[in-house]
Parts: sequence; structure tokens; C-alpha cells
Amino acid sequence: MDKQFQAIVQMLEKDFGAEVSEFCGEVQAVLPAENLVAASQKLRDKFEFALLSTITATDYGLEESPRFHVVYIFNSLSKNLQLMVRVPVDGENSTIPTLTVVYKNANWRERELWDMFGITAEGHPDLRRILMPDDWDGYPLRKDYPLGYEEPQFTFNFEEIDLSKPKGEF
Amino acid sequence: MSTPYALPEVTLDEIKHLVSQRALDGETVLLNMGPQHPSTHGVLRLLLELDGETVVTCVPDIGFLHTGIEKNMEAKTYLKAEVMTDRLDYLNTVGNNLAYCLAVEKMIEVEIPPRAQAIRVILAELQRLASHLVWLGTSALDVAAMSVFLYAFREREIILDVLELVSGQRMMTTFIRPGGIWRDVPVEFDDAVRNILNTFPKRIDEYEDLLTKNPLFLDRTLGIGKMSLEEALSYGVTGSTLRGSGSDWDLRKKRPYSGYEQYDFEVPVATEGDVYARYLVRIREMRESLKIIEQALDKLPLGPVNSNDHKFVPPPRSELGTSMEALIHHFKLWTEGFDVPKGSVYAAVESPRGELGVFLESDGGPKPYRVHWRTPSFNNLEVLPLMAEGLLVADLVAIIGSVDIVLGDVDR
Amino acid sequence: MGVEEKLGDMGVVTTTLEQVVNWGRTRAMWPMLFGLACCAIEMMAAQAAHYDMSRFGMELMRPSPRQSDLMIVAGRVSRKMAPVLRHLYDQMAEPKWVIAMGDCASCGGVFNNYAVVQGVDEIVPVDIYVSGCPPRPEALIGGVMALYEKVEAEKIKAAA
Repeated sequence: MDKQFQAIVQMLEKDFGAEVSEFCGEVQAVLPAENLVAASQKLRDKFEFALLSTITATDYGLEESPRFHVVYIFNSLSKNLQLMVRVPVDGENSTIPTLTVVYKNANWRERELWDMFGITAEGHPDLRRILMPDDWDGYPLRKDYPLGYEEPQFTFNFEEIDLSKPKGEF
Repeated sequence: MSTPYALPEVTLDEIKHLVSQRALDGETVLLNMGPQHPSTHGVLRLLLELDGETVVTCVPDIGFLHTGIEKNMEAKTYLKAEVMTDRLDYLNTVGNNLAYCLAVEKMIEVEIPPRAQAIRVILAELQRLASHLVWLGTSALDVAAMSVFLYAFREREIILDVLELVSGQRMMTTFIRPGGIWRDVPVEFDDAVRNILNTFPKRIDEYEDLLTKNPLFLDRTLGIGKMSLEEALSYGVTGSTLRGSGSDWDLRKKRPYSGYEQYDFEVPVATEGDVYARYLVRIREMRESLKIIEQALDKLPLGPVNSNDHKFVPPPRSELGTSMEALIHHFKLWTEGFDVPKGSVYAAVESPRGELGVFLESDGGPKPYRVHWRTPSFNNLEVLPLMAEGLLVADLVAIIGSVDIVLGDVDR
Repeated sequence: MGVEEKLGDMGVVTTTLEQVVNWGRTRAMWPMLFGLACCAIEMMAAQAAHYDMSRFGMELMRPSPRQSDLMIVAGRVSRKMAPVLRHLYDQMAEPKWVIAMGDCASCGGVFNNYAVVQGVDEIVPVDIYVSGCPPRPEALIGGVMALYEKVEAEKIKAAA
């Protein structure tokens, strides 16, 4: 682990109850959701993590608890560090506090999170679907959402599949 | 409506919180720009609130090219999922492959031979040139400089010919594979790339002659779409758009991958943060790319282009006829795939548009459990309303061009 | 100048009305400037200097569907884009033709999933399918040539 990380890890572990580990040379911290905003505020202001690269999530399936891990990638330009923060989120009441108060680009990323996983960012100014149509049903990147695979049409099954296709008026 | 593909009806109530009170009073006009519009570089829709010709607010609406790539990759093995990556950011196909392969290689820990590393760098930089040429052509077209478009696409053909020479495909190469590259480059490769190195400096001068001091171009770009460094960072802007605002953040320099640390190149920076600054940065980046390609080609080492670890890398086809073991590996890798240790990594490369990152999570099986693409255009587009506020609609077009978005990159 | 000079002092040229009309339609078929994804870049390349589609009377791409005769669906069509595409097609004036450029527009291509329409023929009637991912500009031009042959064989009919 980089020397510069020591103070950060100490802060995350002591003040915010994080569990820090290292995998393939990357520092990853599991952080409780309630400490997320305070921790990222500290990361940005004290440790110069000026860039929030992305927010995403992983769905571990219906039975798992916590069901989701929301993943934040922070980057420090001045110190050249990268930090992955994982926030466990429950499947039943999947909410995270919004990071828009700290990083402005959390706005679209959290909309994407809601669109794709159905994880609500509490306090988000404009939580609408972003990639899917507004009237879309379900959250595509959840593991219980089907891929939507369609049988390819060949000569032998052409008519059978043709029947199931939606028909516009030509 | 009876057709299954009828346009959804939108009421004013749904968009009320996005626009100002003046729009609801009828003082300003709401205008829909796109998704079918010549200057939105794809299928971007913008909801504009206009006071006369001045943009009051601009609300981007994306997702018209959402392809479900992240979900689809979960259903394929690591080797097969790579085909999807090309189609994300279709101007930077080699870079997408590279980012994905770096993420996979980080987890399976295979050693990449130096020859493969150098070829990766050459191809990635060629792709950067091609991407910048498309940007140059289309964004110049947006500010009414038609001839640059024709020139830029003429040169792009030369680069695509090289990509076709090595991989057989002009755009979707899938040439970089986990553990190395698909196969060694043909002998003509050296000459073809030297040809580019010889012709391009003159061609870039030509574009600069047409644009850099052109008063019409200056009028359209100087002082337009200003963005300070703080604003850019708080919105997560990366790449040339960020460097146009005064930061020298370039992953090739700061976190070298694929042996970028061996090459001597500069990171162009401009401080003004307007459309013209971003133009200057990209033009100079093209020259730096040429420098990198030249060094990599001069030093191109001989040797294997793939890792010898056949647990992960398919054996060469020539061995299939003679070696039983190679045949077993071949079948196993292309049917079942290889297992990747459990865990998650984030690997990033510098794409022509910014930090292109892959978040890859594995559950220990042969298929990626979750792939997320941190695409630069997504973040770079989010800052558009900030830049466009208070400017004319015609300036908005110039700004979209200068941010260099690719909608496939935004919507994934 | 013109036909008379070449054919001698005939003064008249005889042909059928259909041939004249179809000749006119194929010699200035304006495509709509409508790019979706990867194929749009190759479509632009086909327009640009190297491949130069203006050789076939297609130098003018109209961004407005009202002024265009040919829709080249260049790229994958997502579920969100599908209504827009249909809307654009409805706005085009008769006679109109559609080329499905690339595998994604033809059949969904490699994206067999929830987000992509499996073939644009679900939404609009397609005249020519061009294969490739993405098709080379030559392939697109080949598709256009095939469309011309098709149009030249068309009968004139009253608008439906």
C-alpha cells in the first residue's frame, strides 16, 4: 500500500468505521452508508480527492444481505491516488445518501444508479430515469432482471418468431 | 395510438422542475433539439429554454443509444465479452479493448511481452489520431468549416487502413486480447505506420492553416463555453476537455500503463477553458501522439506477442495440429473460458475523450459478474448546461463539438 | 448540346414514363442525415472525399426528414429511440426508402438484449439490408446500388 494511504486508511477506519483491504494493488474500503457523505467530504477537502470518477453498483442476488454494494471510485489528482469505496445497501429498502452535495457529477451517476438498479439516492434534486425510457418497467442491471434474449430468426423458425414480434402499421 | 412504437406524450408537469418560472409564464420558449439533429453528434436530445436566441437552461436527455452492453457482457465469457467493448465508444475501439484487457490482466496476473505492449501503444495512439480527426472534422463542420471535414476523413482512411492491415477490420478490431494481442503484425506494418508518420505532420499543419488563425473560426470559438478548473473537476470532467481548463491530468503520464513511461511526450495544456483552448489542446495532442508512435516503432522489440500462460491465452493456431495439450487449451478457452479470481478491480486508460475506466467484478467463475464502464463522455456531457448558459444556440453547437462526445460512450 | 446532338437530328427521345420517373428518382436520391451509432461514422466516411457518394447523386444529406427520400438507419436502435425513428419515417414524404445499415439495424447484431430492437424492420419497412459490423463504405454504396436497381424496376402507383 502506498505510504500516502496510511493517513487516509487510519481516518476511514477510526472515524467512519470502514474496513480497508487491498486487492490487486488497489485500496478498497467498505463503508457504512450513513458515513458516506461525511467521509467523502473529508476525502475531498482534507485528502484532495477532487475527482469522483464514477458511481456504480453490484447486485449480489435476491437472497444475499446486503444485496447491493454501491461502488465509488475517488481520484486524487495532486497525490495521484485512487480509492475504491464500497457501500453495502440492503435489498428491501435500498437507499443511499446523495453525494451531489459534495461532487456535482454524482447527479447523473446517481440517476443512472436508480435507473439501472433501483437504488434511491436520498436528497437527490432530480431523480428521474436517465438511460431507459421514462415509462420503463424494472431495473435492467439487477440480477433478477432477464437479459431479454430473443431467439434468432432462421428459415425453419421464421414464422414462429415473426408472430411474437411487435408489428407497426406500415 | 395503435402502433407499438408511438412517441410517449410529455406533459409540462413532468418537466416543470427543470425549467425556470419564466418558461411556465410563457415568457421564454421551450425548444426541443434532437435526437435527430445534425449537430448533436449522434442521438443526443436537448431541452432548451430560450430567451430569444439566448440559452437560459439546457437539459440534456440521453439514453437514445442505450445498448445494454454492461448487462450483455455478464452473459458472456471473458474472451467473448470483449467483442462488446468495441461498440461502446466506436471512435476509440482499440482503447476500449485495452482498458478491458488491462482490467482482466490485473486480476489474472499474466505477464505481457514487451512487443505486445509496444504494439498496443502504437495502435492506441493511431486510434487516438483517428478519433481526433473525426472530432476535428465534425466540430469544424459545426462551425461551418466544411473543407476540414473532407480533409480529416481523407487522413482517417490511412489510419483505418493500418488497423485493417493488422486485424482485418476497419473499426471493430478486437485486436488487443487478454494476455497480449491477437497475432503479430504483418511485415507491411512498419512501412504503413512510417507512411503515417511522414505525411501527418504536414497534414496537421494544413488543418491549422485552415482553422487556427481563421478569423471566422476564432469568432465562433474564442471565449465561448468557458469552464474553470474547479468547475471541471467538480463535474468529473477528464481528458482534453479538462486539460483545456488548465490541468495536466493525463493517465498516460500519471499512471502509465502498457509501457507509456518509456516514451518521451508532453501533455498539452491550455488555461483559457474555452472552445478554442480545447481545440488547441487536441491539435497539439495529435502531434504528441505521432511522437509516441515514432518512438514505439523505433524501439519495437522482437519476440512473442502473447503470454505463454495457456490457462488464459489461447495457443497459436499452428500448434493445434501437433500438440494435444494445445488442442485441449483451445477448446477449453473458447467454450468454457477461464476462471478469474474473486474480487473487483478498476482499471483506467486515457481515451481520446478522457478517463475510460472499467470496473470489473468477478465471482470466481468464467463470466464477469459485473462490468461497469466509466465512460468519459458521460461526465463531460453533464457539464454542458453550465457551459452553455447565457450563450446563443449557435454557440451551443460549437460547445457540443468541442467537448467531443460520442453517444455510444455516453449511453453504453 | 445534349441528346439531339449525340443521336443525330431526331428531335425526339422515346422512352416510357416509368423509366423517366425512376431515372429521376435514382439520380438524386437524398438520404437523411441520420446517424445512430458506429455505422454512422462509416456513413460519414462514405460521404467524405475517399468514397464520395456524391458520384451517385447523394452529396446532399438532408437533416430534415421532409426533404429526404432515403433513410439510412445507421446503427443499433434502442427501445428509447424506436418511437423517434418511426416518427421520423412518418414525416418523410412519399416515395421513401429505407436501408438498414449494419447488423444491428438488420437483426440486432451482437446485442441480443433488453435494450436493442431486434431489427429495425419491426418499426419501418426495410428495402435493403447491408451486412457488416460496421459495413465498409463500399458495402453501403453497394447497398445503395442495389436499391437503385430495385427502384428502377418499380411501377408507378397512386399514393396509398
